[in-house]
Amino acid sequence: MAKVIVVTSGKGGVGKTTTSAAIGTGLALRGFKTVIVDFDVGLRNLDLIMGCERRVVYDFVNLINGDSNLNQTLIKDKRSDNLFILPASQTRDKDALTVEGVERVLNELKETFDYIVCDSPAGIEKGAHLAMYFADEAVVVTNPEVSSVRDSDRMLGLLSSKSRRAENGEKIKENLLLTRYNPERVENGEMLSVSDVEDILSIPLLGVIPESQAVLKASNQGIPVIMDEKSDAGQAYSDAVERLLGKDIPHRFLEAQKKGLLQRLFGGR
Amino acid sequence: MTADTTLDLLDNDPVFHLKGGMLTMTLVELIRLAPDQFARQLAEKVEQAPNFFVDTPVVIALDKLNEPLTDLTLRHLLNLCRDHGLQPVALRGGEAFRELAQGANMVLLPPGRQRERSLDLPEPPPKPAPAPAVEIPPPPAAIAGKIITDPVRGGQQVYARGGDLIVMAPVSAGAELLADGHIHVYGPLRGRALAGVQGNQEARIFCQSLEAELVSIAGQYKVAEDLRKQQWKQAVQISLEGDSLKISGL
Repeated sequence: MAKVIVVTSGKGGVGKTTTSAAIGTGLALRGFKTVIVDFDVGLRNLDLIMGCERRVVYDFVNLINGDSNLNQTLIKDKRSDNLFILPASQTRDKDALTVEGVERVLNELKETFDYIVCDSPAGIEKGAHLAMYFADEAVVVTNPEVSSVRDSDRMLGLLSSKSRRAENGEKIKENLLLTRYNPERVENGEMLSVSDVEDILSIPLLGVIPESQAVLKASNQGIPVIMDEKSDAGQAYSDAVERLLGKDIPHRFLEAQKKGLLQRLFGGR
Repeated sequence: MTADTTLDLLDNDPVFHLKGGMLTMTLVELIRLAPDQFARQLAEKVEQAPNFFVDTPVVIALDKLNEPLTDLTLRHLLNLCRDHGLQPVALRGGEAFRELAQGANMVLLPPGRQRERSLDLPEPPPKPAPAPAVEIPPPPAAIAGKIITDPVRGGQQVYARGGDLIVMAPVSAGAELLADGHIHVYGPLRGRALAGVQGNQEARIFCQSLEAELVSIAGQYKVAEDLRKQQWKQAVQISLEGDSLKISGL
């Protein structure tokens, strides 16, 4: 039974696309046939993060309009045979998406894939609404900062009232993914702590991704950060994928690293 | 002793009492016939004090009307009233309207005297942030209370019409709770809570942790800036004493 996971947040720039790419890749590396769908029509980014921007021919809107079929439109990832990308259109806007069209495409994808990861655009308008409407599970990406938390809260409200599952009286499984977490700044009181955010949003914590140079580097290289197994962010995303699959593993990277004397003298990092 | 004899004993006990009561009713006094303007002006009035008009019984007064009123126009006006939550129960204004009243299933009341005063609308409650239309469908009629077990998120609005509202989960900043009766929150209250929205001054608000943006009882309100000065993040009850809100620990 295929599972539709939406990666959403409300606020922009918190790491939705990075997370979609990492989680999608993580699922594929664990043997699940996975497709990542870019719902950000008009502001296409997923193809860059996944490093497949030079191979985009058709897009999501073409598929909805029937200009292309699934085989022509899906881009196969070079790193994993289980991973495919459905790019958004760059020339159209979100109005090109329709409920019926999205439903038809998702149903078609469900026939062959185990996981469908929907990368939601920012905001709460049509694109974001359609990205979450058919979801079975949601990963709410939040930065430890008040406006991001408030927007995530709003998005959780929409998930529990404006989705297909909510309309049928069912629940979407909600997961909190805290990104750009910097334990040192939390200790200095400059950033909300994990427990602050959990307290406000009161949904289960899927993972905490530390603020890391590796994320920017990975984005620019077009390699999902989860492939960078040496980096803290990559490891944290791997943990999150394991938890998404039902494993219970302890959270890492929550404490500030104690710096030794030499590190302090010569400035770590 | 059998059930039959018990019944006999109670046979002569009164089942009801007839009593005289004075009820205040809102009059909608028609001055001239202009359904379109009527619709617009009524909508404006309702917007000023939405809660005041919910399920309010009204009498349509036709005494001042000098134009002939047809059955069709009357029905149209009645429907407009109902659309805005008013419940027209009677027509007022002499025998000439008896047939109209019967046709519309309304009571006909005799024309009024000159002692009526024009009605002051209650002060509108503090304007809620332009929250989007209610995201949770309105409750079915005739529910005395409402229990919510899921978190109430920012942007959501929950209204317990005609009764108490009990929330057994956190209420986020930007969420809005409304009740005609009391409001209980068994979790942190970070949004807005408005109890007694139809003017019930006895209504109270109870919460486990007061972190609200705004609390209001029967239109008297306090915002977070004032609330922070006392019992912030404490378990409290809030009641109306005279013209001000009283906050006391639980």
